[in-house]
Amino acid sequence: MGTGLNPSYFVALSAALFVIGIYGALSKKNAIAVLISIELMLTAVNINLVAFNKFLTPETFIGQIFAIFVITVAAAEVGLGLAIVIAIYRLRGSVDLDDFDLMKW
Amino acid sequence: MVEFALSHAWLVPLLPALAFTIIVFLTRPWPKLSSLVSIVAMLSSFVIATAVALGVFSNPQFIEKPLVYSLRWFGMEGFNVNVGVILDPTSTMMLFMVSLVASLIQIYSTGYMAGDPQYSVFFSYLSLFAASMLGLVISSNLLQMFIMWELVGLCSFLLIGFYTFKISAREAAKKAFITTRIGDFGLLLGLLFLQIKFGTLNLVELAERVPHFANYGVSLGLLTLIAILVFIGPIGKSGQFPLHVWLPDAMEGPTPVSALIHAATMVVAGVYLVGRTLFLFKEVPGAMEVVAFIGAFTALFAATIAITQREIKRILAYSTVSQLGYMMLALGVGSLSASMFHLWTHAFFKALMFLGAGSVLHALHDKADVWKMGGLIKKMPITGWTFVIGGLAIAGIPPFSGFWSKDEILSVTYQYAQHNPGLGYLLFFMATFTAFLTAFYIWRMIFLAFFGPEKEENHPHESPTNMTIPLLVLAVLAAFGGLIGTPWANLWGEWIHFGPVHHGEPALGLMGVSVVLALAGIGLAYRLYYQDTEKQTARSLAEKYNSLYKLSYNKFYVDELYQWFTRTVVDGSAKLIYLFDIKVVDGVVNGLANITKFFGIGFRYTETGKLQTYALVFFMAVVVIAVVMAFGAPISAGVLGGVK
Repeated sequence: MGTGLNPSYFVALSAALFVIGIYGALSKKNAIAVLISIELMLTAVNINLVAFNKFLTPETFIGQIFAIFVITVAAAEVGLGLAIVIAIYRLRGSVDLDDFDLMKW
Repeated sequence: MVEFALSHAWLVPLLPALAFTIIVFLTRPWPKLSSLVSIVAMLSSFVIATAVALGVFSNPQFIEKPLVYSLRWFGMEGFNVNVGVILDPTSTMMLFMVSLVASLIQIYSTGYMAGDPQYSVFFSYLSLFAASMLGLVISSNLLQMFIMWELVGLCSFLLIGFYTFKISAREAAKKAFITTRIGDFGLLLGLLFLQIKFGTLNLVELAERVPHFANYGVSLGLLTLIAILVFIGPIGKSGQFPLHVWLPDAMEGPTPVSALIHAATMVVAGVYLVGRTLFLFKEVPGAMEVVAFIGAFTALFAATIAITQREIKRILAYSTVSQLGYMMLALGVGSLSASMFHLWTHAFFKALMFLGAGSVLHALHDKADVWKMGGLIKKMPITGWTFVIGGLAIAGIPPFSGFWSKDEILSVTYQYAQHNPGLGYLLFFMATFTAFLTAFYIWRMIFLAFFGPEKEENHPHESPTNMTIPLLVLAVLAAFGGLIGTPWANLWGEWIHFGPVHHGEPALGLMGVSVVLALAGIGLAYRLYYQDTEKQTARSLAEKYNSLYKLSYNKFYVDELYQWFTRTVVDGSAKLIYLFDIKVVDGVVNGLANITKFFGIGFRYTETGKLQTYALVFFMAVVVIAVVMAFGAPISAGVLGGVK
């Protein structure tokens, strides 16, 4: 290898991305921003997958395959999520999550 | 004919039952036709019963070995119930007597009930009543007998409450039903015990098995309990103390019904049942003593009430209670023949007197108080003189029927007393004193109602022939019906007995005593209620012993005692149980629901409907799980089911 890269860099980057994602998902009012935050969290996961694959089992590609799966599923999920957001927007004229409390008690 | 009758004895109860069905479904709109159907069926039953009696009484082997026909009714492994017919002298005698008395009462009813809007219904009930009683008599099996026993109870309920527009009649009907039902419950328990322990309810098989009760794992104590439980049924049905209260109230029914209940059906069912199961009581002296004592006590107790009653039918009702006590006493001292003999003679003279009372009420437009009657014998000679014959019979004047049967009971009680001096002499004393009281109260009623000066406000007239003919027939039977059981030629005792027959010498001394007592009773009644036309002595006696008089007139306040008991004890405990139900049982259920509701209301506020709240909770849960998995391996192992 000899790249001089330490696995802990990747873990740290991933953790930072994940925490930012969590923060965004929990605090943003805009539904689109929440979706973007979720993408950030998924990216953090993907970085971990690829990095651990690289450092622990370089001869196989399990991590990479998983990452591709995650990207595929996330794309589909965002497609759905956006569709829902658009539907709600048509209904209520807003993408503010605080207005999305139809299921309240 | 006799052969046919012996093999078709089941027709005897079936014909009146058929009449009941025909009247109910077909002839109800035509009263005359209904009564015709009913009477024809009843008379046919009587003819068959007579032929059966001829057959049984001409074949002495039936005494020890009853003729039994039976077929399987239902069953499962180890448990079979048969229905069938048992013909022995006891049941045959009852068949004959019941069908005869029922026929006469039905003929009488055509006059008594004439013009009643419920005429057809009345005859259908009478038929069903007779059918169930005949079915009870002929049953070879105690379960079958119990069903008929209940049917008899149902019919008495229907007939006592026949005048449904009268509140008192409805109340009396309910009282009769409920009171006898208490007894039936005891009887049912007794029968269950018998079935469980001896494996059969068939009378013949039980009679074989019960004497070897130890082989069936039954202790003497348990057998005593069974006998007492079985006896509770007859206490209710036969109006024995303390369940006698319904019988006087049953006077609310039409008079022919009273006659039928008191003479031939309902109340004698209890005596008959004890007679049938005497093999059981015979094994437990304790139970026999209970039967004898309750019988003697009831006889005396009811007689002391009867001496002060004012209504003609009530006096007769207490007289029935008292005479049934005699029958129970006879059974208790172990004499089936004496008991059945008294049942036989009592059926005739009591039916006679009840029908006579009905005739009087018919003439006086339901005025029942004997103090308001008087001199009726001039206007109603047939009713009057037949009633006098009944009075002589029940008082025990020879050669009238009641004398022989009562004498038989006194003599068997006396024999019993010689073996069991303590209780025996007490019983004997109670029985003889009751004999005196009986003569007194019956003749008090006769002197007051039929002799003495006429009351001007009454306009009595003799009843029509369809009512007087049964009276005449019954008078003949009441007069001479006892001659088949005299101590000199005791045909009765040879035929109807239980165990070996005792050929005792005619006890002339006892006879003398009982005749003297009867004459003394009649004499006292004559002195107080006939000679003393103003009834001064009777009134002053009543005032002098006012508390005793009131005690007797108010029937020793037994009814009030029951009322107090139901009002305070039963209703009180019902209230407590009601509160327990509401507070505790419902409280637990509602409390659980309330707890759930409380938590539900609390947790409702966690459902904000906001996506981000849920996400936060989800995330925090993940954090918690991660922390637990990282630091609390043993705990997490438990929580996650052992997965590490």
